[in-house]
Amino acid sequence: MAGAHAWAVSLRAVYKRFGVREVLRGVTLDVVPGQSVVIMGSSGSGKSVLLKHLVRLLLPDQGEVWVLGQRVDQLEGEALDRLRLSIGYLFQSGALFDSMSVYENLDFLLERHTTLSRAERRDRILETLNWVGLRHTATQYPAELSGGQRKRIALARAIILEPKLLLYDEPTTGLDPASVRAVAELIVRLRDERGITSVTITHDLLCAEIIADHVHFLHEGRILLSGTFEALRRADHPALRNFFGS
Amino acid sequence: MPTKPEVEQGFPVRAPEPIGRTWMMRIGSLVLFMGRFFREVWRPPYEVRELVRQMDEAGSKSFVLTAAAGIAIGVVLAMQSRGTLARFGAEAVLPNMLALSVFKEIGPVITSLVLAGRLGAGMAAEIGSMRVTEQIDALEVAALKPFHYLVIPRVLACMVMFPILTTWTNMIALAGGYVESVISANMDFRLFWNSAFSSLRFADLLVDTFKTSVFGFLVGIVSCYLGYTVRGGTREVGQAAMQAVVLSSLLILLADVIIVRLSLFLFGGL
Repeated sequence: MAGAHAWAVSLRAVYKRFGVREVLRGVTLDVVPGQSVVIMGSSGSGKSVLLKHLVRLLLPDQGEVWVLGQRVDQLEGEALDRLRLSIGYLFQSGALFDSMSVYENLDFLLERHTTLSRAERRDRILETLNWVGLRHTATQYPAELSGGQRKRIALARAIILEPKLLLYDEPTTGLDPASVRAVAELIVRLRDERGITSVTITHDLLCAEIIADHVHFLHEGRILLSGTFEALRRADHPALRNFFGS
Repeated sequence: MPTKPEVEQGFPVRAPEPIGRTWMMRIGSLVLFMGRFFREVWRPPYEVRELVRQMDEAGSKSFVLTAAAGIAIGVVLAMQSRGTLARFGAEAVLPNMLALSVFKEIGPVITSLVLAGRLGAGMAAEIGSMRVTEQIDALEVAALKPFHYLVIPRVLACMVMFPILTTWTNMIALAGGYVESVISANMDFRLFWNSAFSSLRFADLLVDTFKTSVFGFLVGIVSCYLGYTVRGGTREVGQAAMQAVVLSSLLILLADVIIVRLSLFLFGGL
């Protein structure tokens, strides 16, 4: 078995508790570079908490969190900032800055983290908006966009700094099937065209089926089963049967 | 042991605590937040553009409101004092009394309370809604230091703008008093203003105007703290906005007593 630093993401016996509630109870998983990994589980199973550990929005009570060869739970200051700049994070709500236009949302990151000129930034922003199919929304504000459009703009913001790893927190929640498919296909294109490793947490079966190379099923704070989407769908376990509705 | 991440600072998710203990924890947490401000304010990145934007937000949009407060203070104070002073044959000292009352106490406190209402609620609500919609987390994971971007410029803007707006309000209040004096007693322009400023010492102006910088700090830090540590949804954001006004108003009054006592000790009374 390879060392933790060889994986794109590696969690080793991660525990997390909030007050009396134990959310993660020894989660261990590895993500191969270039793969699209999906972590599934019912609501309240600790999926979002797990994802937040990968960018050090939360610290584990116990265990190790490795991302792109670095131990995130021990990183501080500039080293942490550098690592975070290699990670794109798509929030469940989109988390677009609502006082800024779509263009400003993207430019905000480029202006602060790159040395690109104004014209170069403009080109990169329009190219990225074009890639998500929403170039025409550049001057609009997040409140003026539909749910699906907000997700795609949030995805554009997540990739604007050309990250090596993308984390998706429920990327298709609340979207209609057509929008689910559109967002899921963008995620697949990012893996295929740019070779970006991704970790997605979702309970959306359609999305998971389209994007997953490998699936981990989180149940009661532990990884219950790992494998392909089809293997998990056919697995004979009450929690999985209940989840897949079979 | 690494420091706690942003999202775990302030109020961690935990089981309900007894009310007294919760309040003690909140006060402790606020003190830590203030400590963090003084630690981080010297460190880059320096968000100068955001500071200017916040000064504009706090300052230029408050001029009309504070001017209205100033006129009311000046006119009402002059009207109410005139009769009493006339009874003792001391109507001539009205400008001195007006200037002393306005510059030393009423102007700074009323202006700060008015600004606490306008700015405190706005800051707590804006930052609180950014917290519950994960925008602060988005800043954090994009290595954009939300404390530097959201908290420090707002607190500094309050510290700079409160004395400026207080001076403005004081002058408007005196002007209001002058207008009342012209209407009621046809007072001479030069006599009024010479008389008003003859009773003020430089130390009074300095201490009593710049104590509002402390009030500005309290309004800024309390409001940002309450917004930054919101957990929940829109209801909690609304509560944070309301608490920001109440708590910063109480702290202004408390700080006023302490600063006046200190200034009397250092510079002596009139």
